[in-house]
Amino acid sequence: MTPQQISEKLKAQFSDRIREVKTEGVPDPSVKVAPEAIGEIAKFLRDDADLRFDYLMCLSGVDLGKNLLGVVYNLSSMTHRHKITVKVEVPVENPVMPSVSSVWPTANWHEREAFDLFGIRFTGHPDLRRILLPDDWDGHPLRKDYKVPEFYRGMKVPY
Amino acid sequence: MGYLDKQFNNSNVIVTSLDNLLNWARLSSIWQMQFGLACCAIEMMAAAASHYDFDRFGVIPRATPRQSDVMIVAGTVTLKMATRIKRLYDQMAEPRYVISMGSCSNCGGPYWEHGYHVLKGVDRVVPVDVYVPGCPPRPEALMEGLIKLQEKIRSESVVKKTA
Amino acid sequence: MFETDIPKFKTSTGRSLRNEEMIINMGPQHPSTHGVLRLELVVDGEIVIEVIPHIGYLHRCFEKHCEAMTNYQQVIPYCDRMDYVAAMNMEYSYVLGVERLLGIQVPERVEHIRVIMLELQRIASHLIALGTYGLDVGAFTPFLFMFRDRERILDLFETTCGARLLYNYIWVGGVSHDLPPGFIDKAKAFCKYFRPKIKEYNDLLSFNDIFIKRTANVGVLPADVAIAYGSSGPMLRGSGVNWDLRRDDPYSIYNRFQWEVEVGKGEMGTVGDCWDRYMVRMREMEQSANIIEQALEQMPEGDVQAAVPKRIRPNTGDLYVRTESARGEIGFYIVSDGSASPYRVKARSPSFVNLSVLPEICRGAMIADVVAIAGSTDIVLGEVDR
Repeated sequence: MTPQQISEKLKAQFSDRIREVKTEGVPDPSVKVAPEAIGEIAKFLRDDADLRFDYLMCLSGVDLGKNLLGVVYNLSSMTHRHKITVKVEVPVENPVMPSVSSVWPTANWHEREAFDLFGIRFTGHPDLRRILLPDDWDGHPLRKDYKVPEFYRGMKVPY
Repeated sequence: MGYLDKQFNNSNVIVTSLDNLLNWARLSSIWQMQFGLACCAIEMMAAAASHYDFDRFGVIPRATPRQSDVMIVAGTVTLKMATRIKRLYDQMAEPRYVISMGSCSNCGGPYWEHGYHVLKGVDRVVPVDVYVPGCPPRPEALMEGLIKLQEKIRSESVVKKTA
Repeated sequence: MFETDIPKFKTSTGRSLRNEEMIINMGPQHPSTHGVLRLELVVDGEIVIEVIPHIGYLHRCFEKHCEAMTNYQQVIPYCDRMDYVAAMNMEYSYVLGVERLLGIQVPERVEHIRVIMLELQRIASHLIALGTYGLDVGAFTPFLFMFRDRERILDLFETTCGARLLYNYIWVGGVSHDLPPGFIDKAKAFCKYFRPKIKEYNDLLSFNDIFIKRTANVGVLPADVAIAYGSSGPMLRGSGVNWDLRRDDPYSIYNRFQWEVEVGKGEMGTVGDCWDRYMVRMREMEQSANIIEQALEQMPEGDVQAAVPKRIRPNTGDLYVRTESARGEIGFYIVSDGSASPYRVKARSPSFVNLSVLPEICRGAMIADVVAIAGSTDIVLGEVDR
């Protein structure tokens, strides 16, 4: 299916929760959806017979500036050989959104990493804690306004 | 070789100083602790493999710090790992040495400027005896570092405490 | 499952003993964990009930560095250092993403050179993986033999670009140095030398009774679990799934060569056990040698720096690119904001995703089996932690 057809199918099912569709003139066609609906949309994308997106390639957090944090889901289907990108935006003051780890178990660790580096909290995640940084680390480093701490447990951090 | 081959004229009796004997014994069998962290670990493994054999210097890898003489810190030291390195160094029995292999453990390496989780040099947590530069250092460079460590051991003394 | 399998011991007076679970810590310094990985094992005697991996001991802030660099080319040495065992594959994936964002097409000679380097790197990476896997299971000789052969590949790399392990060779739009004179003959000689060696490794290790007992039927990964958890590369192909990005999501000129995709068939045990993954890697080395020989035959002339752009300033947009590395699907999600330096680069590394399957496949195994299973996932901690 072409990206146009995929976005049409999504719009037919979830008309009011689709924020934006970009399929022309971009390197990767994408669909932007509302944060609260991502759980149902994920299940629909995986289970629908024509779409069958069974492989979550990558889940990334992005600091979009303008007080917004984004999460980008790159999906592909091994049965139908098509791909789509789904994007979500949450405000930085309250970055909460549902987790998709019950739909694609690979999202478990990816969401832990997004929480660790950006501070995005995923509701319904079985084990949301820091994965790359130590458990007593302060702050979320990949945000654009992050300041490197001077000391960590007595060790000087900057050069 | 040099100590022994000229000394056997008087029917198997060697006269030497205790310092020389102890230092010769120690430097000929430096057992290393297998402690590869990152890319330099692959070069350390290549140095220990058959092409650039380490075993001919008496260096064999041991898994536990309690049975090893030298800890070759090969690779980037992160803040999460630094506390464990200190603990492993404390578990080694004296005389113990540390070779810092590669730029990352010498001074932070390519991550010195923007690495918020990288310790800029392992000498901020453990005392280092030999620094081997390179990113990654060739196995021959690591061997030169080992030979420098051997020279350092050769100049030690039982009576005078040196670190 | 566990309660009925473990015998309940009784003393001669009829008193039965209490069993308790223990937490045993493996790592971060451990000779068998292939780097700084910490595994928290919950065991009941010798049987493992749960494995909790802890990572992050090599988190070197790759993604922050990408944002801080002044241009796209400066990121390439950092890509090397993520998967330090298969550095060419990492560089290539990132460079392919930037080239797609810019819309440039590289010359034919560059494509051939890149394919040769990628496949040589794949052989070198599998040699390390299999050599250290033998070391984990207790065999020391294959490790030495494989490193001896790997030195020949590193000699080829060294004559081309000067470095043995971390190259900074694949540049945006081309490669940094052209092939030196005599490279083609040396590479052909290497391929001829290498094929009988695979038979030697099979005699030494693959069909050895002890090795089969240690790895067959151990750590079975079913195909649907593998796909759900996003596994890729030999992890996925060992479970019987016929999926290879070089053929199924094509890039570069792989469609011009004749080669087979190796899939695990469960010859020694169940489909998807450690022996299958090991054998997929062993057979892939031979296929890589095939590709290298064909690419050497078809090598055209040309200038390798013809398409290297003076300034790299892609349009605003984002892109996800994926290629087949020695460990699986390596993907880069690159966001560009129209300036000369990247806005966000996320590296999706195959080892990170393959490692997340470990808790699923280690249930019910013995502690020694955990070592075998962790070795068969072929993780490189540099790319797990980035």
